[in-house]
Amino acid sequence: MVPISWYLTLSAVLFAIGAVGVVIRRNVIVILMAIEIMLNAVNLTFIALARQLGSVDGQVVVFFVMAVAAAEAAVGLAIIVAFFRNRESVNVDDLASLRW
Amino acid sequence: MGTFAFLVLAALLIGSALAVVLHPNPVKSAMALVATLFLLAIVFVLLGAHMIAVLQIIVYTGAIMVLFLFVIMLLNLGDEEVPTEWPRVVLRGLAGMAGALMALQLVRLVAGAPLGRMVDAPEGYGGALMVARSLFTDYVLPFELTGLLLLVAVIGPVVLAQRRGR
Repeated sequence: MVPISWYLTLSAVLFAIGAVGVVIRRNVIVILMAIEIMLNAVNLTFIALARQLGSVDGQVVVFFVMAVAAAEAAVGLAIIVAFFRNRESVNVDDLASLRW
Repeated sequence: MGTFAFLVLAALLIGSALAVVLHPNPVKSAMALVATLFLLAIVFVLLGAHMIAVLQIIVYTGAIMVLFLFVIMLLNLGDEEVPTEWPRVVLRGLAGMAGALMALQLVRLVAGAPLGRMVDAPEGYGGALMVARSLFTDYVLPFELTGLLLLVAVIGPVVLAQRRGR
């Protein structure tokens, strides 16, 4: 069996990739996808530590994270569609109307 | 054998996650994300989380990613232009370096964590029975609240997608 710290390392690398994606991309939909990568990296941490402790509590937390991610994707994509109707764009630079 | 399988999976996962972040075409980004989530489901099986792995495939690659692809195709998005003017290029490089630093710090944190010895998994670990028993006893209140959250997530997009002023 591979030691749990390897899984945690993989999760850390995936989280950093997702974080960089949020920063460097300008397309809102791709930014949402990078957030999904970050959520899944954290899910991997929960499942790895649940296995380490021999308990299913971490897996139940992952179940809730999935439900919240589904809700977030539905609402976020609806906001993007509404925004696209107004501006004909999904670029975050056009989404700055609230910025001072 | 287990080590080799893990290393192959980890390499594929990092590659597909990088493809999501770096590919200019959103449809191809989404397909790379499907691959990432599917590979993660395999990693979950390696960790004994069979029920969560099945849910991962059904909910993430099945439902959420279809929603993403549907919206990308509905809006008919083309390639995102790769920035060429100098501030953007420099800032992208800096963001990449900051991300590498973040990964390094997280790995150092993991390496120093007092993890102890791995407990042997009990009989039926990660199966539907064990997860459901925990979900419907210790976590029954958060479970019900999740139902409320999903109800809001059903009504919210309907309200948001309405055309106003008609």
